[in-house]
Amino acid sequence: MDTFAALAHGMAVAMQPMNLLYALIGVFLGTAVGVLPGIGPALTVALLLPVTYKLDPGGSLIMFAGIYYGGMYGGSTTAILINTPGESASMATALEGNKMAKAGRGGPALATSAIGSFVAGTIATIGLAFLAPWLVDFAVRFGPEDYFALMCVAFVTVSATFGDSPVRGLTSLFIGLTLGLVGIDKLTGQARLAFGIPELLDGVEVTTLAVGLFAVGEALYVASRRHHAEEKLEPVRGSLWMTREDWRRSWKPWLRGTLFGFPIGALPAGGAEIPTFLSYSTERRLTKHPEEFGKGAIEGVAGPEAANNASAAGTLVPLLTLGLPTSATAAMMLAGFQQYGLNPGPLLFAERPDLVWGLIASLFIANGMLLVLNLPLVGLWVRLLAIPQPWLYAGILVFATMGTIAAKPSVVELSMLATFGVMGFLMRRFDFPIAPVVIGLILGPIAESQLRRALAISLGDPMVLLQSPMSATLLGVALIALLAPFVLRGLGRFKANED
Amino acid sequence: MTPDTASDNLPREPVRRVDRAGVAIAVALAVLAAVLVWDASKLPATTMYGMGPEAMPIVIAIGLVILTVGNLIDALRGNLPPRESMDPKPVWLIIGGLALLIAIIGLGGGFILATSALFVTTSAAFGRRAVLADTAIALVITTLIYLAFDKLLTLSLPAGPLERLL
Repeated sequence: MDTFAALAHGMAVAMQPMNLLYALIGVFLGTAVGVLPGIGPALTVALLLPVTYKLDPGGSLIMFAGIYYGGMYGGSTTAILINTPGESASMATALEGNKMAKAGRGGPALATSAIGSFVAGTIATIGLAFLAPWLVDFAVRFGPEDYFALMCVAFVTVSATFGDSPVRGLTSLFIGLTLGLVGIDKLTGQARLAFGIPELLDGVEVTTLAVGLFAVGEALYVASRRHHAEEKLEPVRGSLWMTREDWRRSWKPWLRGTLFGFPIGALPAGGAEIPTFLSYSTERRLTKHPEEFGKGAIEGVAGPEAANNASAAGTLVPLLTLGLPTSATAAMMLAGFQQYGLNPGPLLFAERPDLVWGLIASLFIANGMLLVLNLPLVGLWVRLLAIPQPWLYAGILVFATMGTIAAKPSVVELSMLATFGVMGFLMRRFDFPIAPVVIGLILGPIAESQLRRALAISLGDPMVLLQSPMSATLLGVALIALLAPFVLRGLGRFKANED
Repeated sequence: MTPDTASDNLPREPVRRVDRAGVAIAVALAVLAAVLVWDASKLPATTMYGMGPEAMPIVIAIGLVILTVGNLIDALRGNLPPRESMDPKPVWLIIGGLALLIAIIGLGGGFILATSALFVTTSAAFGRRAVLADTAIALVITTLIYLAFDKLLTLSLPAGPLERLL
């Protein structure tokens, strides 16, 4: 019953007229930016952070909730209409969705993705509301060594376990961890890696890193391969509405996608790609119309889209209850909390229930607004997609640098942005994943201070990490997750030799 | 990161046995590790119990050294994923635009001039040749952004000669 009371209180906060307006602006801006090709939800949140600088924390977090879901929705519109998913989680949607658009069924594809996102988002947010308090009760008993071990699990799974190459994933992570060292050490006040530059004493800003890697890096990468064929924008022809047949074929994939998405998203391992692809292959196996797969099957849009949205709500579970971001987007949300000096975790639930539950409640509201807004406004989003590439990327870069200029108009900060941009370009070119860098930067310093706190309490005895059963188990999980890809690859090679 | 569904028929660079770019990445990681150790060695060790501020950089440096070896093995075996051909000119144009932006901000030229310079160079990098028209568009857009953020959201953006006229 506690959850209901807390949620009702959150609803009361979120339903205040000003907060409703913030949610609406967030949803609108999030969709508008997320629709632009090459801009995923993480970058959407990063680019729109400056808009919220002057708001109070409550309003700003509510706007964030709107931006978060709006950015997700915008991304799938792009995936369906021009086959350039802004993030890997929309790849499965692009697979069938773009085929549907090419076959003149773009309307129903957008509709099933919008309604599926709403269904999945709502169910998953209910899941979040009920799982969070329970997890918070559990997390208050965590010692610093347990937190450290949990972060090790997140580090390994985000970088090594699920990527193409564990070596390149870990390289990205360690670059992020190195960047996390820059600045004044919180426990002793010593400056690390500052090289006598005063601007570096505050450390590397997460937004500067994310905008550099995602926006500037993407612009450089797209510019470098402009001579390759460009994807074409598919006009939305015919009816926007789903037929009775479409509904019949969509509702089960929505629910199944939610079942894949939420639990996997809620694990401190992250990655929306896995549930979306699981959902895609499941729908492909279960469908009564296997001949349509690969040519535009509606199940192949409905399932992955639901999975994607459900896992986005799922990643908020570790973020809000443990302060553990498991995706680049969640890392940006954490940065949004940190700009107000707020640290998500069990304490925040106790100290600022209005903020946390207001945020959760506005997720419901944002979801509803998206459903009402997006289908009627689809014409507007299509117009945004039709902006010519030179102006589009020029505008993205102006907006990207504006965020940095507004936060810190210094030559050093802007040079860092440009450097991260070049780094993002090289990482794309050489196929290094980008999310682990952002997660390493934001989580590295937290992991370090938890570890040092644990060791200070134990008077320097490292065995403290193994004496707590929770921490020992989690470190074991991290070790297995680290070794598994190498072992499996070795087995694969062994098998290949045998054939 | 960016998926290519239609990349199979695109021109590719010939596959070399030893990937020189991969070796360069490995070397860069080794240098980064060395910088970490050098920086940590200058920190005074004052902590009585547990870890001081110098411990974590060393741990990360060790990780970087291991990853140097991993990347080097991949590069020497030619194990890196295939890369598409690239056109370096637009990349340098955008980097030039960013340098211009930094210079204008650094010299007090203000937000509008700085971001307009970036807009025009980026647009040119993406193949536009109408520099004058783009400059006009850029000035209008960045002025509108400046007004919206400076006046409406009261964010302070750096002001130069143009901003003072507004």
